[in-house]
Amino acid sequence: MSSDGSSTPSAAIEFVDVVALIGSFPALAGVTMRIERGEIVLLRGPNGAGKTTLLRLCAGLLPVERGTARVLELDLTIDRDSVRRRVGLIGHTNGSYPDLTVTENVRFWGRTIGATDDEVASAMARMKIDGRLADVPVSRLSAGQRRRTALASLIARRAQLWLLDEPHAGLDAEGRDELDAVLRAAAAAGATIVVASHELERAGSLATRQIEVVAGQTREVGGGS
Amino acid sequence: MNVSSTFRVARLIAAKDLRVEWRSRVVTNQVLPFAVLVMVLFAFALDSDAVLERVAPGLVWLATIFSVLFLVARTYAVETADGALDALRSAGVDPMGIFLGKTAALAAQLLVLEALLVSAAVILYRADPTPSGTVLLVTTALVATVGLASVGTLYGGLAAGVKGRETLLPLLLLPVVAPVLIGATRATESAFRTNGIAVSEGWPWLGLLAVFAAIFSVVGAVAFGSLIDE
Repeated sequence: MSSDGSSTPSAAIEFVDVVALIGSFPALAGVTMRIERGEIVLLRGPNGAGKTTLLRLCAGLLPVERGTARVLELDLTIDRDSVRRRVGLIGHTNGSYPDLTVTENVRFWGRTIGATDDEVASAMARMKIDGRLADVPVSRLSAGQRRRTALASLIARRAQLWLLDEPHAGLDAEGRDELDAVLRAAAAAGATIVVASHELERAGSLATRQIEVVAGQTREVGGGS
Repeated sequence: MNVSSTFRVARLIAAKDLRVEWRSRVVTNQVLPFAVLVMVLFAFALDSDAVLERVAPGLVWLATIFSVLFLVARTYAVETADGALDALRSAGVDPMGIFLGKTAALAAQLLVLEALLVSAAVILYRADPTPSGTVLLVTTALVATVGLASVGTLYGGLAAGVKGRETLLPLLLLPVVAPVLIGATRATESAFRTNGIAVSEGWPWLGLLAVFAAIFSVVGAVAFGSLIDE
């Protein structure tokens, strides 16, 4: 049951006519969309259409100028700090500390919300970085391994909604396959994943649904391929 | 605001910063040798025992402040190398905890640096603090360090997301730390009994250092969140 008492299952993201400004420019101009929990949704669209802005808005990094916006049942217009703590955003960087080992990085991010050592170990096991990679400094990892470390950090800090901006960028074919596998596994385990990508073939095959972002507005495209 | 959560985050951030430094050894292999080198070059340039004895306190704190620029730049280079500061922000990690943690780690590194520089002053410039002068010197170092670490963390955060931050940071920081340079130098002159100044004359300067430390600790803790948010 949703927080408002209706029988509709609560959505991970529910936007109605949302406007967000960057400076005085309406980067999002009336977005209406609903993303259910456990979905993998691809945001597609040309450069400058507003995909990254939409992810940042969902992460609580931008204020909602107008409209109704709820993320994980929290009102984005009044409770952005709480949203931030439950959402994980990975952009073009991984948010890791290259001099620290994989374990130290994941443990650090887990400890920011008080995660236990067991949770950290479990997160690393899910991303398959708990074996020989565990004590390797992140600076010595491949791009794919770094991305998996970042995702393990999201799990360790119990992020329920994963917002990934061009997650396949910089990865080789093997790294992309690995990433897709861990994202599917994460969604199966209950995470909701929103991916912004230009790589329609790759990200489209991963997604259960696609939303097109054009000129700051969204429209449903259909299921993943 | 949850105080226990703030201090938990502060401890976490401080431990992480010190661990990163322990692994990378940038401070020990680059910043500390730089500071000593500055002291040695001053000795070469002034080339007079009498002059060196007279200016030793000022040189210790000048070398400290030059080195602070490297330490602050380094602490934020670690955060921006792979977008970790953005990640901390987007993860909703308590900004006051981040500020306090980074300040504590910076202060720990500064204390090591100051101990090294005072030792260099004793060896190179023949500074000779008495036991009561040593108490004044240690107190001065502790209070000045809190001020330098707070203002460094605050201004480093301000410059972290800006283009040309390497050159902007000295421009922002050096004028602001002038009161620390003045207060700490005067107090250290008393501790070293430079020109026959009594140790007791140095204690009032601690008031200036304490006010500076208090202002920037409070302002930094309160303002750091908005500073790194945009």
